[in-house]
Amino acid sequence: MMHWLSMGGYWPFVWPSYLLTLGVVVLNIFLARRSLREARSDARRRLQMQRSGS
Amino acid sequence: MAWTWFHKFGSPPHFYRLAGKLTPWFAWPALLLSLAGLYGGLVSAPMDYQQGEGYRIIYVHVPAAVLSTMAYATMAAAAGVGLIWRMNVAYAVAASCAAIGASFTVVALVTGSLWGRPMWGTYWEWDPRLTSELVLLFLYLGYMGLRAAIEDTARADRASAVLALVGVINLPIIHYSVDWWNSLHQGHTLLKMGKASMPASMLVPLLLMMAGFTLFFAAILLVRARGEVLRRERGTRWVGEVVGEAT
Amino acid sequence: MSKPVSALKAGVLLVRRDLRLALRRPGEWLQPLVFFLVVTTLFPLATNPEMSRLRDMAPAALWVAALLSSLLALELLFREDGQDGTLEQLAVSGLPLSWLLLAKTCVHWLLTGLPLVLVAPLAATALGAPYASIPGVSAVLLLGGVALSLIGAVGAGLTLGLRRGGVLLALLVLPLAVPVLIFGARATALAIALEPTTGPVYLLAAIAVLSATLAPLAAAAAVRISLE
Repeated sequence: MMHWLSMGGYWPFVWPSYLLTLGVVVLNIFLARRSLREARSDARRRLQMQRSGS
Repeated sequence: MAWTWFHKFGSPPHFYRLAGKLTPWFAWPALLLSLAGLYGGLVSAPMDYQQGEGYRIIYVHVPAAVLSTMAYATMAAAAGVGLIWRMNVAYAVAASCAAIGASFTVVALVTGSLWGRPMWGTYWEWDPRLTSELVLLFLYLGYMGLRAAIEDTARADRASAVLALVGVINLPIIHYSVDWWNSLHQGHTLLKMGKASMPASMLVPLLLMMAGFTLFFAAILLVRARGEVLRRERGTRWVGEVVGEAT
Repeated sequence: MSKPVSALKAGVLLVRRDLRLALRRPGEWLQPLVFFLVVTTLFPLATNPEMSRLRDMAPAALWVAALLSSLLALELLFREDGQDGTLEQLAVSGLPLSWLLLAKTCVHWLLTGLPLVLVAPLAATALGAPYASIPGVSAVLLLGGVALSLIGAVGAGLTLGLRRGGVLLALLVLPLAVPVLIFGARATALAIALEPTTGPVYLLAAIAVLSATLAPLAAAAAVRISLE
């Protein structure tokens, strides 16, 4: 177990690599979903303004 | 027959709906394949004779590098389609590729650097493949910078499309640089004629991760492209209908 | 109604016109040259001016200076004609825009790239290069400068009329200019070491030829997009 965690001594290189990758994956998911969510709510808001206004 | 499919796909409301339906079909398999690949790469694959456990970085480095070039190819192809057929959806797809591609280019560069330090003694070498991967990052940044600097969306689309297409020449350089020059990078591991020079127990997790990342790219692209299409089609009736109804 | 002008004749006329206009404002066109000289002298000032070490730096110093000078000069390529409507006239003239832009780029290189080649013996010697290497160094800078002007034209076309276009131009042109930089610097290093430079020079020449054929097409597309 300790050998696996320390990756045979390479842990300062292996684990940051994996963590960075995981971080970028999560960031992409978060940003993409937020982009879609904001586009949707933006469109909804415009629709409401159109309906209530003019 | 193929044309009707093509034009249907290019129609924004159809694209929006179709992309929404397809996303889970890419996202969940991406997760499963990546988890399987991670287990294989971190746990079950054996230690390497020369590089010990340190070689396991390959299981994130190579998929990230593949994704970085795949995203650019997709971006350039979509931009080309947009230019030739004046298709708004194609431009939306191209624009959506950039951020994903750039982020994974950074991952490829950093993980490659972390792999290089213990194995070959250096964080960075100006060898052809590393340099052309760095050039890829600059191309992405240039594409995004150009889009941001031009206010008119149509002009931004076309100008960035030209840039994306001009930069395509970098892709074969990235791929073949290990053949053309003696470089720090190892030669082609996977695509040599005949058997791959990696044992199956090491190769399979790598293939799983590459497949997982590819599907992940597709899923993220679809989500972003949907948002992009909504923004571009602001004020049209179909957008009103789609957001008026419950999500 | 005069008879239509052939493309070749139009190109020649454009070259003559551009040269005439540029020579009215020599100060503007001298700036890239001065910049090149300043940057090459800054390198030894900033570091150890020992001759042998200087020689090692010379290829890098020459090429960074050439690249930056070229980026500075690119501002001048389309700016005036873009502002006063000449570019638009060229675009709707019915003549092949890529050919006309190639003509403009030639003039641009004559005024901003060729001076660097002429000044290269001075700069290279100041950086410790042996006299025998001067022809080689100059030839490499010639080829590289041609390629940089052509590649830069694409970037200049894309950023036409944009605010703060200069920074963006650098960002766009640099990745495309990297192969020129790499082979140019390598060829220059070989020349200074008085070794045969055939490999990199052939590649540099290939890049220059490729740029001459493809870059004007891309630049024309870029200019048309920017003019709409």
